[in-house]
Amino acid sequence: MATATLHATDTHDHEHEHHELGFVQKYIFSEDHKTIAKQYLISGIIWAFFGGAMSVIFRLQLGFPNMDLTWLKPVLGQWIVEGKLEKEFYLALVTMHGTVMVFFVLTAGLSGTFSNFLIPLQIGARDMASGFINMLSYWFFFLASIIMFSSLFIETGPASGGWVIYPPLSALPQAMPGSGLGMTLWLSSMALFIVSQLMGGINYICTVINLRTRGMSFTKLPLTIWAFFFTAILGLLSFPVLLSAALLLIFDRSFGTSFYLSEIYIGGEALPNIGGSAILYQHLFWFLGHPEVYIVLLPALGITSEIIATNSRKPIFGYRAMIGSMMGITCLAFIVWAHHMFVTGMNPFLGSVFMFLTLIIAVPSAVKAFNYITTLWRGNIIFTPAMLFSIGLVSLFISGGLTGIILGNSALDINLHDTYFVVAHFHLVMGAASFFGLMAGVYHWFPKLFGKTMNKNAGYIHFWFTFVGVYCVFFPMHYIGLAGFPRRYYSFTALGNGRMEAFVDMNMFISIAAILTFLAQAIFAVNFFYSIFKGKRAPQNPWNSTTLEWTAPIEGIHGNWPGEIPAVYRWPYDYSKPGSSVDFIPQNVPYSATPESNFPEENEEIANEKEIEGLLDIQNSAYSH
Amino acid sequence: MTQEHLANINIDEPEETLKMNPKKFMLWLAIVSIIMMFAGWTSGYLVRKAEGRWHEFELPQIFWYSTGILLVSSISMFFAVQAAKKDNFSTLKTAISITFVFGLAFLATQVIGFSDLIKNQLYFAGSDVASSWIYVLVGLHALHVVSGLIVLLISLISSFKFTKDSKNLTRIQLCATYWHFLDGLWLYLFLFLYFNR
Repeated sequence: MATATLHATDTHDHEHEHHELGFVQKYIFSEDHKTIAKQYLISGIIWAFFGGAMSVIFRLQLGFPNMDLTWLKPVLGQWIVEGKLEKEFYLALVTMHGTVMVFFVLTAGLSGTFSNFLIPLQIGARDMASGFINMLSYWFFFLASIIMFSSLFIETGPASGGWVIYPPLSALPQAMPGSGLGMTLWLSSMALFIVSQLMGGINYICTVINLRTRGMSFTKLPLTIWAFFFTAILGLLSFPVLLSAALLLIFDRSFGTSFYLSEIYIGGEALPNIGGSAILYQHLFWFLGHPEVYIVLLPALGITSEIIATNSRKPIFGYRAMIGSMMGITCLAFIVWAHHMFVTGMNPFLGSVFMFLTLIIAVPSAVKAFNYITTLWRGNIIFTPAMLFSIGLVSLFISGGLTGIILGNSALDINLHDTYFVVAHFHLVMGAASFFGLMAGVYHWFPKLFGKTMNKNAGYIHFWFTFVGVYCVFFPMHYIGLAGFPRRYYSFTALGNGRMEAFVDMNMFISIAAILTFLAQAIFAVNFFYSIFKGKRAPQNPWNSTTLEWTAPIEGIHGNWPGEIPAVYRWPYDYSKPGSSVDFIPQNVPYSATPESNFPEENEEIANEKEIEGLLDIQNSAYSH
Repeated sequence: MTQEHLANINIDEPEETLKMNPKKFMLWLAIVSIIMMFAGWTSGYLVRKAEGRWHEFELPQIFWYSTGILLVSSISMFFAVQAAKKDNFSTLKTAISITFVFGLAFLATQVIGFSDLIKNQLYFAGSDVASSWIYVLVGLHALHVVSGLIVLLISLISSFKFTKDSKNLTRIQLCATYWHFLDGLWLYLFLFLYFNR
């Protein structure tokens, strides 16, 4: 038995339980997973407002190209020239909006918050496998945030080559102002961000595998944990490759190598770089880039599974199919990257292989969508704000996923590549859907996070504004894309003999919807911050949920449970079980206590309960000292 | 909790939950991420090479010696762990010192290798892409070896302090795992470069 070595490791966390921590250790350089989760959440929310504000500014340009923007001068300063948004800064805004939203909000803010918060609480662990590395993970992210944020204020502006930073645009400082210092800061920030994500991911995987409470087998894990687990695996395998790609780009930029550069003329003069391949960067980038989509989405899907089952008062439909489909998505994520590159002149045969693999993703995605709907079917649905956001996610996931089938076909994608159709597709299926998952998670676990409750009615108003708003923004974009509007363009009015002008009203509509949706988020912000301080005290188990986190004290103590960690005897979805007098049976209730509702095979499990209890000593030995 | 008692447990797999030392497990996960990074570079290398316009090169002879040096250091690291398990401190000190010195020697030979490359007019930047790739693969491996040497130095110092506890043993084991990995990584990179010139 490996208990001898376990004695020696990770015992320090527990020591802290016995003495009060200073302010710095408790709230700033905290090693407690709950505090780190809150740090991630609040950083993510702040970033989301910056990212959203950037999109509002460029939507103003797209919807109202002739508008006088002098009133933005106090904020944007030199970037407003004669009442117009500077063209280079428009590109910077688009780039930073993408970077901030994908990485800082939906990767760090979503998976950073909920993986940190829920993994130890739902699997029954005192904390993460390494609290120290967990703390480092947040502070690397914080440093990355500072660097990325500071790049907004430099004279040449932040990185502007799109969030994918394709070379040669990003590799040559003379290509555009943003490719100078702005790109250097972008790369340094992302390098730190990747390190942060790797440290976080290693911790999540290790905690899920090694620190589950007694009785918590893999088949008894809540689907949230499965989702975070797969997300962490995706990150562990794909982020290092982005680091490889970025390092080669750094060498090209700063040391004069030619990994991505070849035969380039600037101002009639040839650059010395010969023999590089810009397409190589795209391969390396999208090897991360595509899994990144699922890194963003899977946690949201996991959160949704949990919330839909709880608020339908029904077991999740197809628990194992859900795990299987997430596993399928995880594997497929690594072998579809070239569908982002159909127009790079790749071999058409290779293109059809990637097309085929891409379309297979529809299968696990459809399994998930059907399982959500069948879980809702004939449930006693309770429409909490969290539930509304979860159902909203399912809606967005389906409507955005359908256009994925269109874009996955190379014959169609070659026409639609880099148009607003693509923008509409990924904003619905990945951006908005994941954002809804984040919101659902915040509304659902707020009582656990802060021990307070959020205002329900404000939540409803927030949901309806956001839900209607998101569809008003992204649905018309499909038409604009089909009409041939390319993404990332500053202005369309001069193009196409006035044909492009026909869509000015639609662009205006999208911009107004986007601004209203953005403003509606203020309702959330006020509700969120007000409730932290002045919200009503939360009850122990506000949603009558079965998972372990609701058995922990509301105050959120260090070590999570004051005495023994509860043991787990059943799966997490015993809602409305036939024969039971209550409509939910928590995971820590043994079968021997519920003879009236047990299935025959569950009665056989009773014999094993003594064994699960017997594991207490081993479990304690891992923590005590 | 006795061994027999544990053996009787036949529910799903609860005894598995606390099986592996979390720190060792985390090291393995970190190794996975390093493997992915080098997998990214070596696949990029192959993709680039397949595109043509590729100058074949000769690897410096000294890389054969550096390979041997690193293998020796790995073997002595193995004996260091064996000695640490048996609390045999004199062997531990000798073995871990050999590993450390050979690790330094490895770095020195890599630097000589670089200067041989430069003598053959294969530069990091400016000559051609093939030679840039050698520097990236060999150089970034060397950077990881530096990190390995730092970890090794910590173990070295603690083993000279005669502290006999399981924490020390775990540290040496972690250090050994990482060191063997760096050895394996170099073997892979060397053979990769040798066969894909």
